Amino acid sequence: MQKIGVFVCWCGSNIAGTVDVHAVAETLKKEPGVVFSTDYQYMCSEAGQNLIKDSIKEYGLTGVVICSCSPRMHENTFRKAAQSVGLNPYMVEVANIREQCSWIHKDMATATEKAVILGRAAIAKVHLNAPLTAGESPVVKRALVIGGGIAGIQTALDIAEAGFEVDIVEKSPTIGGKMAQIDKTFPTLDCAACILTPKMVEAAQQEKIKIYSYSEVDEVKGFVGNFSVKIRRKARYVNEDICTGCGVCTEKCPQKKVPNEFNLGMDNRRAIYIPFAQAVPKVATIDPNYCTMLKTGKCGVCSKVCTAKAIDYTQKDEFVEAQYGAIVVATGFNPISLEKYDEFAYSQSPDVVTSLEYERLMNAAGPTSGTLLRPSDLTHPKTIVFVQCVGSRCDGGDKGKPYCSKVCCMYTAKHAMLTREKYPDTDVYVFYIDVRTPGKNFDEFYRRAVEDYGVHYIKGMVGKVVPQDGKLKVQASDLLSNEQLHIDADMVVLAAAIEPDKTARPLATMLTASMDTNDFFTEAHPKLRPVESPTAGVFLSGMCQGPKDIPETVSQASAAAAKVIGLLAKDKLTCNPCVAHSDEQLCNGCSSCEKVCPYGAITYQDKEFRMPNRTVAVRRVASVNPAVCQGCGACTVACPSGAMDLNGFSNRQIMAEVDAICK
Amino acid sequence: MQIEKKEFKPTIVAFCCNWCSYAGADLAGTNRLNYPADVKIIRVPCSCRVNPMFILRAFQRGADGVILCGCHPGDCHYTTGNYYARRRMTLLFSMLDFLGIERGRTRVEWVSAAEGAKFAQTMNEFVETIISLGENKRLEDLRCKK
Repeated sequence: MQKIGVFVCWCGSNIAGTVDVHAVAETLKKEPGVVFSTDYQYMCSEAGQNLIKDSIKEYGLTGVVICSCSPRMHENTFRKAAQSVGLNPYMVEVANIREQCSWIHKDMATATEKAVILGRAAIAKVHLNAPLTAGESPVVKRALVIGGGIAGIQTALDIAEAGFEVDIVEKSPTIGGKMAQIDKTFPTLDCAACILTPKMVEAAQQEKIKIYSYSEVDEVKGFVGNFSVKIRRKARYVNEDICTGCGVCTEKCPQKKVPNEFNLGMDNRRAIYIPFAQAVPKVATIDPNYCTMLKTGKCGVCSKVCTAKAIDYTQKDEFVEAQYGAIVVATGFNPISLEKYDEFAYSQSPDVVTSLEYERLMNAAGPTSGTLLRPSDLTHPKTIVFVQCVGSRCDGGDKGKPYCSKVCCMYTAKHAMLTREKYPDTDVYVFYIDVRTPGKNFDEFYRRAVEDYGVHYIKGMVGKVVPQDGKLKVQASDLLSNEQLHIDADMVVLAAAIEPDKTARPLATMLTASMDTNDFFTEAHPKLRPVESPTAGVFLSGMCQGPKDIPETVSQASAAAAKVIGLLAKDKLTCNPCVAHSDEQLCNGCSSCEKVCPYGAITYQDKEFRMPNRTVAVRRVASVNPAVCQGCGACTVACPSGAMDLNGFSNRQIMAEVDAICK
Repeated sequence: MQIEKKEFKPTIVAFCCNWCSYAGADLAGTNRLNYPADVKIIRVPCSCRVNPMFILRAFQRGADGVILCGCHPGDCHYTTGNYYARRRMTLLFSMLDFLGIERGRTRVEWVSAAEGAKFAQTMNEFVETIISLGENKRLEDLRCKK
């Protein structure tokens, strides 16, 4: 019989407010095996932990039940406390009487009754707990960063700085991401390229960083410390090692009508292209959807003009298999598609643009070489209407996103300000629901746009945009003066909501990392572990976790790097001892468990068994590799003979909990 | 003799996977979203850890309803666990029909770690269903009663 100690936490008034903690402790004292039971204000505090430690020593406890917050919160704290006084940490169980009891029930009597039952279930489980010893697994001292935008670059640079190898996988032909497309950054109005491109070059030159551009992650296996990743290097039909990036091919290619993604399709590029002048790696790529040679076998101009002989039309996708200790997700974002927003006439008029397109129109390397011109007739727009929250903060329906995209207020203020500065004769209107500008020097920036630059900020939404006689008729309402407004605009700029990149969802599935309903990656703890995914060894950097601006992205990227460095600095990781094990006496070698194991942790071996009458029988039995098993328990249910069981969540333990609850 | 009519308080066991639904339940708590105290949660590493025997055991011991919550299909922490759970439960539930126990007493729901509101709502609905079904007497083993 175990000697169990029960510790009921008040959690200040969080638990004690709705649960009679004293009564819980008293009632649980009568349970079989309980030799000590008490309640205390904060069990997780040092005094509380000391109370646990002292009681373990004084009463010779062999099992501990703590009725407190969620085990996801403090299970480790209490396990460590028990371990420090010589009790096996896996003899500690936590009954969740805060998140799953006191916080959701208002009535003291029912909450107390439920807390007692949850405590009883935990006690019933502890009776069947067995000491477990954690094994160790090695750490591969190399990290993988998925996504080569500013988040990925910063994370990779910081990890490399600490002396660890990092690989960046980027799906497009160059690193740089969305920031490379941005003209100026708020609130300092720095040139984005001027601060980004040195970082891109630094990443390329850093010996510890290897960049797989134009590549994608195809498969992820393994677990923290030892991921095995298959990277698909898409065929770019140009030998990356030989190409000098001289750009002659991109000038001579006869296929001139390819929409240029970098300028969001507002101008054209050739079928062989370098995305932009500062691309890293500066290597040409052939677009197989447009290349005449690849489609019809007749052309070959680029190959003729290439002095380095880098063109290779026979190139195929290559696969690289590599091992990593940690994976950082930095997949970034995209503006949403505006096809559901026909009221703004985005698909009807080229003069209705998104903010990112406007950014390109302002940029010196953009389609208009930095002169602000209407895409339709290349004249200077005199009246520009900005519409904020297009698709952001939409409640209900599948039209938009429920969240605030966070950066739109600031970049719209930036656009308005820059437009007024360059072209003071332009009338600029901004329609907003709310202006949200928290952040260092952000509100001052917005006020400058209104006060110094004379931008007309109007609270209200634009109802409709109608292209008519070369103008855009904007119908809107001014909520403050309660007037209907009609503006004849030359251009309309839509601040489209941002959403996670489309590659994020399949990647999350590969990594078994969880996502929220908006496809942003979930963090391990929203406040205290914001850069880690709940899946061990997977870290989050940048917009893939939620909308954020560049300074926040960079801070998060460095934070993720710090976490990765912490992991890679370890030589060994402690494994989870809650793994499956097979009872050889019961196993009949049927292979049911092997078939359901997602990790291939189960193997079979022939074993000799002593039978009655001094005979020996050889039987095929299952054995589990504890270093590979992750402890899901699929095999335990598949096993027809009941030989397979899971440490820490054994059949008997769970049944004991069921019994205690149903009593 | 007067028989006092007692309000029916069902006993409901909820198996929640550690990675999604248990975290979803925690989130429901953090957001102070109410659901009846009749629901008692048992934490399991994955929904595929739940042996149909556990569910039968619960009914035998007098549970009025059993619900199994796991990660959304495709989001399982162990890649495929919830698919196994889904198949096993489909089979078990269809057999419960033959035992004469109402289908509505069992349920499988996918609740992610970010869906605290869904967790609370699911539990509220489930408890309502169980209350309307009344006490589980058909599968309860009287020998289990003390």
